[in-house]
Amino acid sequence: MSGPLVLGIESSCDETGVGIVRGHELLANEVASSVEQHVRYGGVVPEIASRAHLEALRPALERALATADVDLSELDGIAVTAGPGLMGALVVGLAAAKALAVALDKPLYGLNHLVGHVAVDLLDHGPLPQPCGALLVSGGHTSLLLVNDITGDITEVGSTIDDAAGEAYDKVARVLGLAYPGGPVIDRAAAGGDPAAIRFPRGLTAGKDLVKHRFDYSFSGLKTAVSRWVETRQRDGEEVPLADVAASFQEAVCDVLTAKAVDACTHFGVSDLLIGGGVAANSRLRSLLEQRTAEAGIALRRPRPGLCTDNGAMIAVLGAEVIGRGLRPSALDIGADSGLPVSTVLV
Amino acid sequence: MSLTLGIDTSTDVRVGLATEGAVLASAAVTDTRAHAEQLMPLIRDTLRRAGCRLGDVTRVVVGVGPGPFTGLRVGVASAQTLGFALGVEVRGVCSLDACAAGYDGTAGEFLVLSDARRREVYWARYAADGSRLTGPFVGPVSELPQLPVTGPGAVLAGGTASPLDGGLLALAGPSLPDAGLSPLYLRRPDAEVPSKRKSTLLQPRLAAGWSKR
Ligand SMILES: [Zn+2]
Repeated sequence: MSGPLVLGIESSCDETGVGIVRGHELLANEVASSVEQHVRYGGVVPEIASRAHLEALRPALERALATADVDLSELDGIAVTAGPGLMGALVVGLAAAKALAVALDKPLYGLNHLVGHVAVDLLDHGPLPQPCGALLVSGGHTSLLLVNDITGDITEVGSTIDDAAGEAYDKVARVLGLAYPGGPVIDRAAAGGDPAAIRFPRGLTAGKDLVKHRFDYSFSGLKTAVSRWVETRQRDGEEVPLADVAASFQEAVCDVLTAKAVDACTHFGVSDLLIGGGVAANSRLRSLLEQRTAEAGIALRRPRPGLCTDNGAMIAVLGAEVIGRGLRPSALDIGADSGLPVSTVLV
Repeated sequence: MSLTLGIDTSTDVRVGLATEGAVLASAAVTDTRAHAEQLMPLIRDTLRRAGCRLGDVTRVVVGVGPGPFTGLRVGVASAQTLGFALGVEVRGVCSLDACAAGYDGTAGEFLVLSDARRREVYWARYAADGSRLTGPFVGPVSELPQLPVTGPGAVLAGGTASPLDGGLLALAGPSLPDAGLSPLYLRRPDAEVPSKRKSTLLQPRLAAGWSKR
């Protein structure tokens, strides 16, 4: 009925998150973002993000405990993102989590950030059908996962071979003179545009690519194609139709993201697809995915937008699952791993 | 009984315990790349060997640098969170001050140095009694005042390296100047504001190493 009471800390990129859950019940989800400090650089600056984590962590911790109305002594465990992510950012959260675990004499669980993006849906929609497909799309990741067991059997069937989808949005936004981060601004700019105005390339969809990279993504060529197209227009003194370029770029990204996700579900005989990560909030990705999964008879699961982006609750709920399965806690000398593979759920 | 826990990660990993005017324990892991891994185990083991429990700690003193940023943040984040969870005061002190506290300066003024890489040192200038006169600064060794040197980076200026002592940090920390709980970075983050849109149109790019995971 209730479940383990877990506090989760997330600091892998530019959001400092502290979440508290009891089993599948969300009690608190405090997130402090340093995104404003990165705007002028057009991308996340690791040192700036790391400094911000240190400043934001303790206040976030205090707010989360107050919101959840729980005392530290009641916790059943401390969960923390051990990777993947930015090294200097990860260790801030890891250090705080270890200190809490030792001071309170509670078990520590070093967890995989990507799996947290999948686990967070438990807070909104309860137990996950297994197996389940998962498409994680954000500024940092573009991964297609096959989840057989969220606490220990996850395979990455595809991922980006160059830029993450969110990164492509950031870069194209810059080409178009739009603000950082690119995801929401391009989504807005695309609103009145024609998605079929320009046929931008769909990465890794040609016959020969499908042999080796059937479920992999590539957005670097697309970014270059948009840049060239805009450049040519400007050189010829023609106006750049911003809405059409944004809509056509977005269509190329969402077309390939959804087509490969649905193809993977069909190929692996999976009838449920979960979507997570910041780009899951993108309006075109959502509508195209709804349409294509419905056509293929696949049930779509999407956590509420506030849980799709990086947060501490996703780590806390994964921790609650891990505790519920009786898995052993992490050792006190674990380190952060910037390249932690998705197959390692618990360090 | 008052028990002070000292933590410093401005170089490698150093901890110490002091009580009632005496050092109880001093310990180090001489690895400059494993702060996040080694700090809490070292604190736990040092307490155990001294026959104390973390619950006995009544104050935490942490060296807030200057030093390499990532390691420094591990110490400060750990100290802050320990203080929060235990409900005890956390005091940040300049790590160079803690080194100065262990130096016999009867010969007069002296400098405390630590390695800032890029052929530079973090340094501060002290009076014979160990009180800081100026600093901390970061700069090239060639620009240092001609004075005796000590500290973990003293060897860079022809002196003998003398690392910070965790026990001494715990003992002297409460009477050293309060440096706050923000690390003494002294250097700005390495980040360039990208040039204007016109040029990026021809060569869109993100600076190397910025890619977001
Ligand atoms: Zn993420």
